[in-house]
Amino acid sequence: MSLLNIFNVAGSAVSAQSQRLNVVASNLANADTVAGPDGQAYKARQVTFQTQLMGQLGAAGVKVSTISENDAPGRRVHDPKHPSADAEGYVTYSNVNAVEEMVNMISASRSYQNNVEVMTTAKSLLLKTLQLGQS
Amino acid sequence: MLNRLTESLNFQSQALVLRAERQRLIASNIANADTPGYQGREIDFAAALREATGGGATRAALATTHASHAAPAAAATAETRLLYTTPAQPNLDGNSVDMDRERASFVDNAVKYEATLRFINGSVRTMLDAIKGGQ
Repeated sequence: MSLLNIFNVAGSAVSAQSQRLNVVASNLANADTVAGPDGQAYKARQVTFQTQLMGQLGAAGVKVSTISENDAPGRRVHDPKHPSADAEGYVTYSNVNAVEEMVNMISASRSYQNNVEVMTTAKSLLLKTLQLGQS
Repeated sequence: MLNRLTESLNFQSQALVLRAERQRLIASNIANADTPGYQGREIDFAAALREATGGGATRAALATTHASHAAPAAAATAETRLLYTTPAQPNLDGNSVDMDRERASFVDNAVKYEATLRFINGSVRTMLDAIKGGQ
């Protein structure tokens, strides 16, 4: 039954997009995190999607294959009075780019909405199919 | 006698199955809109329906002119029907899904699925009227 498989496909996409949204949320939450005692500030994370075959021919779901960390150096601000300042008076913040994260968030939210709409349509088609031949 | 009544339903039911299959393909494309390297899938609906209902050979049929020739496999039809979409605006990550086109195809396919359902409902009602003899 092809239509029932749509729920698996769109469901996997919704789950993957919500994971992406989750990562964006932790990045934004840590946008102003400074380096701890170990000198390592929070590193921005990003998800990578991968196609996941769903058994039937042509049914391709999606899953998060890896969550990678951005290795770019963190933002350094000269602030000698800051408690976390290093010997030279610099404070290292996380390398999160807030603008990039906002764009990522909007993209994830749109994809999520698209997949929810796919499920809504599939549901109404299935319900109409169930009523086939009645009345 | 009974199969002559239901003969007209065969065509519509084949169309319904193909519509559901296409719906699943488009759902897979929408689910994988953000997957790097994903190639969108699509079926040639008219050719697939012709093939499914047995009206004329659309693929070049292999002629078996000798007794030792192997008969062409009929089971491979679903595989050959699946095509790849060509991107109107190519992406750097190799994803060929065009969201505008997929959304349009999705709505188009959903409406045509419903239309097929109504056709079937109509012929069922006609048959029931004939059985009841206008009572």
